Amino acid sequence: MSTPTTTPVKSLLVRGYEVVIGFETHAQLSTQSKIFSRAATAFGAEPNTQACAVDLALPGTLPVMNRGAVERAIEFGLAVGSHIAPRSIFARKNYFYPDLPKGYQISQFEIPVVQGGAVDFYLGDEKRTVRLVRAHLEEDAGKSLHEDFIGQSGIDLNRAGTPLLEIVTEPDMRSSAEAVAYAKELHKIVTWIGICDGNMQEGSFRCDANVSVRKPGAPLGTRREIKNLNSFKFMQQAIDFEIRWQIEEIEDGRAIQQATVLFDPDTGETRAMRTKEDAADYRYFPDPDLPPLVIAPDWVDRVRSEMAELPRVMAQRFVSDYGLPEYDATTLTQSKAMAGYFEAVAKTSGQAKLASNWIMGEVSRRLNASETGIEQSAVTSVQLAGLIARIADGTISNSAGRQVFEALWNGEGQDADAVIEAKGLKQISDTGALDRIIDEVVAANPDNVAQFKAGKDKAFNALVGQIMKASKGKANPQQVNDLLRKKIG
Amino acid sequence: MQTVHHAPHDLGVAELAAALRQGQLSAVETAQHFLKRAQAQASLGAFLALDEEVTIAQARAADARLAAGTAGPLEGVPLAHKDIFVTRDFPTTAGSKMLKGYRSPFDATVVRKLRDAGMVTLGKLNCDEFAMGSSNENSAYHPARNPWDRTRVPGGSSGGSAVAVAARLAPAVTGTDTGGSIRQPASFCGITGIKPTYGRASRYGMVAFASSLDQAGPMARSAEDCALLLSSMCGPDPDRDSTSLDRREEDFTRSLNDSLEGLRIGVPSEFFGTGLADDVRAAVEACLKVYEGLGAKLVPISLPRTELSIPVYYIIAPAEASSNLSRFDGVKFGHRAGEYTDLVDMYRKTRAEGFGDEVKRRIMIGTYVLSHGYYDAYYLQAQKIRRMIADDFQQAFRDCDLIAGPVAPTVAWKLGGHGNDPLADYLADIFTLPASLAGLPGMSVPAGYGEGGMPVGLQLIGNYFSEARLLNAAHRLQQVTDFHSRKPEGL
Repeated sequence: MSTPTTTPVKSLLVRGYEVVIGFETHAQLSTQSKIFSRAATAFGAEPNTQACAVDLALPGTLPVMNRGAVERAIEFGLAVGSHIAPRSIFARKNYFYPDLPKGYQISQFEIPVVQGGAVDFYLGDEKRTVRLVRAHLEEDAGKSLHEDFIGQSGIDLNRAGTPLLEIVTEPDMRSSAEAVAYAKELHKIVTWIGICDGNMQEGSFRCDANVSVRKPGAPLGTRREIKNLNSFKFMQQAIDFEIRWQIEEIEDGRAIQQATVLFDPDTGETRAMRTKEDAADYRYFPDPDLPPLVIAPDWVDRVRSEMAELPRVMAQRFVSDYGLPEYDATTLTQSKAMAGYFEAVAKTSGQAKLASNWIMGEVSRRLNASETGIEQSAVTSVQLAGLIARIADGTISNSAGRQVFEALWNGEGQDADAVIEAKGLKQISDTGALDRIIDEVVAANPDNVAQFKAGKDKAFNALVGQIMKASKGKANPQQVNDLLRKKIG
Repeated sequence: MQTVHHAPHDLGVAELAAALRQGQLSAVETAQHFLKRAQAQASLGAFLALDEEVTIAQARAADARLAAGTAGPLEGVPLAHKDIFVTRDFPTTAGSKMLKGYRSPFDATVVRKLRDAGMVTLGKLNCDEFAMGSSNENSAYHPARNPWDRTRVPGGSSGGSAVAVAARLAPAVTGTDTGGSIRQPASFCGITGIKPTYGRASRYGMVAFASSLDQAGPMARSAEDCALLLSSMCGPDPDRDSTSLDRREEDFTRSLNDSLEGLRIGVPSEFFGTGLADDVRAAVEACLKVYEGLGAKLVPISLPRTELSIPVYYIIAPAEASSNLSRFDGVKFGHRAGEYTDLVDMYRKTRAEGFGDEVKRRIMIGTYVLSHGYYDAYYLQAQKIRRMIADDFQQAFRDCDLIAGPVAPTVAWKLGGHGNDPLADYLADIFTLPASLAGLPGMSVPAGYGEGGMPVGLQLIGNYFSEARLLNAAHRLQQVTDFHSRKPEGL
């Protein structure tokens, strides 16, 4: 979408220091089987029931590339405007660990499949761009289980060989808020295009943040990498703590040592796992078991033609086709389901702005309260469209509309018309009937009339309120206004 | 049942297959005959595993298919596998203590394909540990002895394979060739062996040594027998081995009898330098004369980087091996040290106990050449020269159809003859390494005898996918010579 450009950086100094953040995100790709074997990738199975001979690295086994994983990498690259490498290389990263069955991880090192690209997002009102260095395919390791074994460790290799896309940014972010906004946008992109389920608790979307601080204009400071941030809340807390800690270290005259750190949500602190001195020599070399990954242009074209409309493109369309304000368009394209719901309501009712107001208002309020997604909305898009149509054609007032919505949400009635009928919410359009109500209210409230005539606008509103109440909400407020002003104005 | 004039062990694969098809022999009696010989010749050290029950069960099934008319092309013909191929029915050790007692839950593709062709497995054959060596002395179990002189090595790493064929313990066997491990033992034991083009036979189920070089191939007495096995071994395996080539199965016997009239045989000067022993030179040159008599034309060629193939190979192969052998860590399968204090100690002791000296040496060399700061100078440089070596061959093949020369600089040496000098072993690989590095098919054909009456092998190297042509040239030679059918004394 965007061409990689340097983001103009508005300086956001913390105690006189500029914060510099870069991200490495591991997105687990949503393939049925593993990246180099046919074992299933489903989460939560009994230990070692989803590890085949290849995943166990039994002698004689060899990796065979899962095309689905490559296809998802291509989709991601296209979504963020990257170059899709026509030829990329798998390498072996060699190290010993019990949850790494082969004694090496197959990853892409020198030539990754996705190169460059950028992620655009809003930080408040400000448009930001974070440039991507690369995104490469690799396999996940298994898990060591320390809890259930006394004096021993268990190994679960179900996760071994799960396909990952590691997405690496330039150090373009300048605050924890920007970092979180980037991570949320990236999360939105990968879930939107469907290459990752985005489940952060299950580890499907894990972020590592490289954080450093410097005086403005100074060269980049030494960075520390916060590993495995698996919630947006912890991400912000961890980065904020890390920034404070680094500044304090420097202010106290201590140099920052390059290190890998972990965030402890219980203490709210980061602590070093290993320093650069412990850094292993991974002895990367091209994996002789896997020929170069060759992606022909027609493969890329086919993936492009089959890809869903991207959120940013869709938001633009909402602005141009439906005349929505940019804010509405951006909010409604937070998820594919939300956007789809909006489009259905807007098309059926023919009232895009009303649809947007209702979805961002009542619908979101109810969804938030019940902690469900729009897919589970108790009011369907068809029902909401029917309701909006009745407001637009003047059958019911906005406030009556809210009553109808409540009723529909609670399952009282098939559609808006049925609820309007059952509750008698139709607006009074007969001016004779309204005249009688107004005359009664005026006669019953001489004080308000006198106050209004003395110049108190509040008294007018009080009268309108009384009239609306007397009409049981069925009066058209605008009509009431006009008629009342004629009578006492 | 008709009487067979020759004992089964004197029959080749083609003759055995015919005798079995015609009912002159049953698969069970054939298998029993070979098993008895294998047991009687146990002192040769050819086998690492025999299991009569398994073999006879396979033979019975073969007899049933022969009777039912559903027999495969090689139904009932016995075979033994180098212990590098994983097998469900026999343990697989790769000649290492690390895998003592290991049993694979699946068969190697090559094993499966030969079973599908109807062959009956006699057992698993001795080899150098993880196929690293050229004398079979690196086997963690016991050495194998050359049937032509039991005080000499049979070559390696497919030493047990070569011994089994030469001693008539099996009519045919599988081997693997990374830097000459089929050709050199075939040469030392006076049999025929072919390493096909890299990627022709699936590597799935071969315990990996050096992935970019490892290739399976058959070893038998004659080129015709090798062609029969090779036809069943090759073919694409895209779901299991990404480096297996998308080339359809071929009948490699189809051109065995083609004329050699006008065949241009390239003779590389670098293969006939001062390092070549006189007896080997004489036998190889005599064979080249035979080829001239068959209508072929000898063309002098040059493979200028032949000597460089030694350092290049001994960087690339150990580099890949150091990584391939990382999985032997005591965690999931194979040997684990009995006592250890922590994880790192467990790794150290397991690998110190499980691997032999040569394997450790190569792991260390490989780890070193891949290390940060050395990678460019060693591994990357070696890869560049490797491509130049391949280019040299393509240059040569403009002037010739195939290349001929010695397999090894000398005949088989004495057991322990290279003492503790691994370099002596490495240097002896000089003529087989270039074709391995280029991924070209190569074979060893019995070419006569040298010092001590020991066999000499002629090496034939062809361009990619020219296996049928190589086998044709070997077969024509074997029609006018009898080196391949001679038997060591006392067998």
